[in-house]
Amino acid sequence: MKVFLLYPDRDFDISQKLPANTQDLSQDLGLITLFDAMSEGDEFLFEVVRQVVLSSLDEINIISYRQEILKDCLKHPDIVRKLYDIPLEFLERKRKQWLWFPPRHSSPSLILSCAHHLLEASHELLRKLRQIADEHTKIFESRGFRRFFTMIQKELNDEYLDTIEKHIRTLKFPKGILISAQLGRGNEGTNYILCKPNNRNQNWIERFFTQRTPIYSFSLHPRDEYGARVLGDLRDMGLARTANAVAHAAAHVESFLNLLRWELAFYIGCLNLYEKLEQLEEPICFPKPVFADERRFSCTGLYDVTLALTMKQKVVGNDIIADGKDLILITGPNRGGKTIFLRSVGLAQLMMQAGMFVPAQSFLANLCSGLFTHFKREEDKNMERGKFEEELKRMSTIVDHIKPNSLILLNESFASTNEREGSEIAMQVMNALLEAKIKVFYVTHLYEFAWGFKEKKMKNVLFLRAERLPDGRRTFKVKEGDPLKTSYGQDLYKSIFKDMPKVFSE
Amino acid sequence: MSFHSILWMENGVQSETMSQPDFFSDLNLDQVVEAITASKQEYNLNPIFWTPLRNVEAIRYRQEIMRDLEDEIFMAHIKKFAEKIRTVRRYLSMVEKLDFDYHREGWLLEAALVYSEATVELAHNLAKASLRSRGLLAFREWMNGYIQSQTFRSLVIEAQQVKQNLSELKYSIIIESGKFKVKRYEGEIDYSIEVEKTFEKLRQKDVDGYLWKLPERTGMSHIEAKILEFVAKLYPEAFAALDHFCANHSYFINEIIQSFDREIHFYISYLDFIAELKRRGLPFCYPEVSSMDKEIFVHDGFDLALANALQHKEKSLILNDFSLKDPERLIVVTGPNQGGKTTFARMFGQLHYLASLGCPVPGREARLFLFDRIFTHFEQKEDVSNLRGKLEDDLVRIHNMISHATPHSLFILNEIFTSTTLKDAVLLSREIMERLMNLDIMGVWVTFLEELTTLSEKTVSMVATVDPHDPTIRTFKIIRKPADGLAYTLSLAKKYQLTYEQIKKRVHL
Repeated sequence: MKVFLLYPDRDFDISQKLPANTQDLSQDLGLITLFDAMSEGDEFLFEVVRQVVLSSLDEINIISYRQEILKDCLKHPDIVRKLYDIPLEFLERKRKQWLWFPPRHSSPSLILSCAHHLLEASHELLRKLRQIADEHTKIFESRGFRRFFTMIQKELNDEYLDTIEKHIRTLKFPKGILISAQLGRGNEGTNYILCKPNNRNQNWIERFFTQRTPIYSFSLHPRDEYGARVLGDLRDMGLARTANAVAHAAAHVESFLNLLRWELAFYIGCLNLYEKLEQLEEPICFPKPVFADERRFSCTGLYDVTLALTMKQKVVGNDIIADGKDLILITGPNRGGKTIFLRSVGLAQLMMQAGMFVPAQSFLANLCSGLFTHFKREEDKNMERGKFEEELKRMSTIVDHIKPNSLILLNESFASTNEREGSEIAMQVMNALLEAKIKVFYVTHLYEFAWGFKEKKMKNVLFLRAERLPDGRRTFKVKEGDPLKTSYGQDLYKSIFKDMPKVFSE
Repeated sequence: MSFHSILWMENGVQSETMSQPDFFSDLNLDQVVEAITASKQEYNLNPIFWTPLRNVEAIRYRQEIMRDLEDEIFMAHIKKFAEKIRTVRRYLSMVEKLDFDYHREGWLLEAALVYSEATVELAHNLAKASLRSRGLLAFREWMNGYIQSQTFRSLVIEAQQVKQNLSELKYSIIIESGKFKVKRYEGEIDYSIEVEKTFEKLRQKDVDGYLWKLPERTGMSHIEAKILEFVAKLYPEAFAALDHFCANHSYFINEIIQSFDREIHFYISYLDFIAELKRRGLPFCYPEVSSMDKEIFVHDGFDLALANALQHKEKSLILNDFSLKDPERLIVVTGPNQGGKTTFARMFGQLHYLASLGCPVPGREARLFLFDRIFTHFEQKEDVSNLRGKLEDDLVRIHNMISHATPHSLFILNEIFTSTTLKDAVLLSREIMERLMNLDIMGVWVTFLEELTTLSEKTVSMVATVDPHDPTIRTFKIIRKPADGLAYTLSLAKKYQLTYEQIKKRVHL
């Protein structure tokens, strides 16, 4: 029984390694915000969407396989959620049954009864699963769901469960046992020693001289299960093997349901996100990926989904055409929306290559063989490296992993040294990356560097600028435009320090 | 001589700060305090470390106690006491959660036994110690009175008696299906060996999945409680004595001992933390502290967080000096990246802060200023939920700092205004510098803007130096001299293989 909802021909490999720069991507693109929105506080969903989104696809065919399934999900959210409820219900029952002890260290009688309950529970749920398959096969259009439902109808039968159920045994209580004990710390029993009762076949003289001592006895209430368990601990040791065997059988059914839960979780995450964006009246679209060796990028209404989610409102989108461009240089005023644009590009690329919809009215881009980010950071908390060296070190690590047709997003890289030297390094790095066929989006304040490129008049370079209106207001839109020299720092200073007396200024 | 608190002088009690000061993470003091208090969570020491003292006399009070505790034998005795009180607390918190009377009483008795042992021992050890500090001398006197008090004497004697009687009892349990019996032990023979043989036969070696491990019981079930109840019926005298004891001694911990136990850990935790560093040859000293005199210095100082981080590495730590003589107020640090500038700035802040706690500071000799507040501004990590631009954020923060600053405040600025153009950065920095000098503020400013080093007689230029024979080797020595204009950017790029030629070779088409 195979689930195959993420790939046409295989399970998702949970053990596959995430890209080496996962930590940087998460931090720079604000992926936690995205995953939080998709998982709605559910740790499991979070882990699944994190793994799937970060394990980028590089085949257009698999991307459209997932896009088809996701479109089915958006059309029939109720059915899909009902489907997802099946493994959840199983989990819930399982959790309830084993509430008292963790499974691996439970007493044998508990394991036995739990395994029994698990099989009972899964039996009913698998029947429910088949019922959904029977009812809805026809209205689902994706290859993925059609295959899944057909498989369920064919392969699930009662025989499988019946076989396992035969393994369930009930066991008799053994005879009473005698244990000697003393009071330890806190008056808790200690030095428990299993004892042989004294021989009753004493002659009448011995019996006569044996001093009679009081005996107190206690009968458990018939429904006092916990009490019975306490008494049953010794007896339980004998049950270990049988319990072990039945538990293994139950584990078998469990693994199928777990896998179903895992793969569906990704689509549930997408559904959650979709519903949130719908509420904010933010658009989504299914992107068109093209081959990695082309240079395509065009979007309308591309917005930063994490910003929309954080602000809980519709945010500014951008319309950009950058077909045929290898380097997109973004300049402009502070607080003008540059970082937000950069992040929106990275998020859209990542979501597209996970088979998801993207936050835009339309989006078309070439696949990338790897996504990298190099954003300005605070100092290394281990203190062994200065700021600039930390930047270089991160860039060097990126160069270790980057391949032709990768996409790299740079945010104020090389700005932690002075401007002239920063520009020099940026120029060297950029020339080399472009020649290695790497696509670059670069937000920069390095004026000398940006103009250096402008003067070269290269066809494969596009200049974007965060818009600032004549009256100084920012629109947070990014548009085509050449770098400008000032960064408006003095405006800000004057407005923030207006309540203090002026000091000298040349 | 009356005893009040081992942390505070009688007329100088400050309420403890309940949240971490803003500048902690910039100065890496969060790491330091985390490392100091990590293994002492239960004492809730953070608020003490978050509360700097406001007068010089209060600092001396603590310095004296620190010095007394540097006696290793005395320290070992204090720790032994603390360990036992910890056990007492553990037992008592357990008692609160227990459901059954004789169980609860059993643990209360254990707690009382450990408490009385710990207290007597401490009083004995205090008497032997040669103490100088006002705080500990007063505490010793108080302790002598306490252990001779009638309350304490009766606690000790009764507890020992009751325990003796209980531990001598022996009984048997007979378990049957759905019921059990309890009686006095009557010499029955050990049967466990035969039982073990039975289980040996049932063991499966190749499957480990669901095999059972005997659960370790904590607490007591109602069944065990019932058994205990029966044992009490079998031996009523011993349990009556226990009841009597518990009724008389339900709250036996003295309040002064309780707060001494917490507060002494401020000293223990700090001295423990620096002990290992001292063993590795790093100097610590008790600084002279003044709230008036702005002439300060340190000789062979270092960053405590860095020293701790390097603890397990084979790297040596570089020690640095600084001094300010009237009218000097601000140290402007320039020099190559990764040259130790930030570390130096942190050290400046840490030394002042640690001195204000009454702690020995990382350095061979020091005179420091007792500040009213410390303001720091280090570059922040980009944060998606922070929707303000970075430069605006910088400016707003510095504006806030200046509006709250007084001539007694310390400023530590590290590479501010890096998110704007060179021209803007110079202009804005000069404006800020001027405001700081008008306030007569002391501090450190790390920057690559050499223009700032020569602004006035209040600024002192210090430079992170490199090896004269190889400019890529940093000495981490920060020396008082004019900014020398050397930057090492390209040599660094080469080191990380990021020049044009190097990258071309590294990325394969």
